[in-house]
Amino acid sequence: MTRRQPHTSNRPTPPSLLLLTSVLVLAHGLAACASPASEAAAPATALENKGSDTMVNLALAWAEAYQVVQPDVRLSVTGGGSGTGLAALVNGTVDIANASRAIKDEERAAAVANGIEPVEFIVAQDAIAIIVHPDNPVDQLSLPQLSAMYRGEITNWGQVGGADRPIVLLSRETNSGTHVYFLENVIRLGQSDNPALFSPDTLLMPSSEGISAEVRQNPNAIGYDGLGYVTADLKTLAIAAEDGGPYVLPTIAAVRNKTYPIARDLYMYTRGQPAGDVQAYMDWLFSAEAQAIVAELGFVPVR
Amino acid sequence: MAPSLATLKPPARASRNWGELIVEALIRAAGYSAILFVFLILLFLLREGLPTFAEVGLGDLFAVRWYPIEDYFGLLPLIGGSLIVTLGATLLAMPLGLATAVFVAEIAPRWLREILKPLIEVLGGLPSVVLGFMGMLALAPLVRETLNTPTGLTAFTGSILLAGMALPTLVSVAEDALDAVPRSYRDAALALGATPWQTIWRVTVPAARTGVLTAGMLGIGRAIGETMTVMMVTGNAARLPDGLGALFLPVRTMTATIAAEMGEVANGSTHYHVLFTVGLALFLISFLVNLMASAVVFRQKKRSERLLS
Repeated sequence: MTRRQPHTSNRPTPPSLLLLTSVLVLAHGLAACASPASEAAAPATALENKGSDTMVNLALAWAEAYQVVQPDVRLSVTGGGSGTGLAALVNGTVDIANASRAIKDEERAAAVANGIEPVEFIVAQDAIAIIVHPDNPVDQLSLPQLSAMYRGEITNWGQVGGADRPIVLLSRETNSGTHVYFLENVIRLGQSDNPALFSPDTLLMPSSEGISAEVRQNPNAIGYDGLGYVTADLKTLAIAAEDGGPYVLPTIAAVRNKTYPIARDLYMYTRGQPAGDVQAYMDWLFSAEAQAIVAELGFVPVR
Repeated sequence: MAPSLATLKPPARASRNWGELIVEALIRAAGYSAILFVFLILLFLLREGLPTFAEVGLGDLFAVRWYPIEDYFGLLPLIGGSLIVTLGATLLAMPLGLATAVFVAEIAPRWLREILKPLIEVLGGLPSVVLGFMGMLALAPLVRETLNTPTGLTAFTGSILLAGMALPTLVSVAEDALDAVPRSYRDAALALGATPWQTIWRVTVPAARTGVLTAGMLGIGRAIGETMTVMMVTGNAARLPDGLGALFLPVRTMTATIAAEMGEVANGSTHYHVLFTVGLALFLISFLVNLMASAVVFRQKKRSERLLS
């Protein structure tokens, strides 16, 4: 499991260092004869934040920015997956769980049995845009068509109403959260028992820039990326959940009213109604500053 | 003279001996350290890579599907990818490098030679990420349009860039080898009525062939280990190359796989061990290439000794 911490978040202070600090503060206090205790020695609250790997970079960026806003609160951010985060919340070991899916009924029941009432916050949204070359005549695709393309069953643009050209499939590398989301929700159409995989001919690009550079110059290419990363010189396709169904372009409005099919809410769950430092943090997450970070990382802000 | 020497020499010699001893020991340590480091690296690769063989069956390792997040650990597409990119680079770089070396060593006038040699060496100093970026934005579209391939991100694109990166080493070593051919060889050939071209092609180049081969080996060694450039321009599709036509399709090399996946892999997982096995395979391949290069150099030495005796 990956465990990462923002640079500013403190690892447990070694006892010797604590002792040294208190001795120094004591000396300082004696010398100044009755000065209030130095701020550095004020006990900091530590908040544990764990869960979704998709959200781990977002949670880290938030935690780092929050260090500046509220230096007394220390956030420790860990990935591990949505299930891991919610399990930790149920067991009462974390203050905030991150999840890229809603809590399941059995998870909620288990939490209530432990005397914990999970409270849900939708902190951001994640939408994946399908991008092609601006000259590509194809305007829309359905999820089953996309799935067949990425499985290597549809190999020519002519089969989906385009020109007679081979399809070049582009994807992010396997370590990207977007890759896994695309595999589960597009290629496998959200069916957990579906064993379909990316076609071996899929080009795995090490960066978002690699995908957009290739799509920008290659009329054969199709790629996907977080909505926030798509630039104006690329063509985004309208997507329908089913063949013939309503085709929807990925706009912020379509993501918010849930008509765009390749999008999901990103959640944070707290133990009961948040209070004190947790409440302050959750309130800050909906501030303009925190939601600007959402947009920077390629997710869709909720405010 | 003699008495003063007798009185002065002993202390001076003693101090010089100490200094020499220390310098000698340092030089010896430096020499052995290279062997030690290579040995330690091998040991580390073995420690991290060998658990693979307990965790993944040999049949699964020598399979054609590489998709590590779903536990498909077939190494063949990666090995094939590295080999085909390197083969392409060698086919491009060898003739070009040899021709450049012949021109610089045999044909170019002295002033031009003094400009060309440093310029070629500057080419070797270009950061590979810069070459990769140029390749991605300029070379890949060119390859797609001229060769009419579905995408420009192909093994061939990587080969062109790798050939460019191997050229400086290749030209430099080959040029030295041509330069080392005794003047008398050329004079004898010309005196017998051979044209300058016949002299170069039939006498000078064959006389320097072991050096030229070494140059090729060193160039290949440079090409197979290159990472950043190939990751940016070869498309990284883990499909097994099936023949020379695959040169014009995307491939995924061993180096690019390690670079792309090592950052996010969980420490101690099967995927982690398999990536070290890939590293081990790379280590063995470059070791073999270098061993072959050394064997050629060694043979060259014996041959020149034979000529002298």
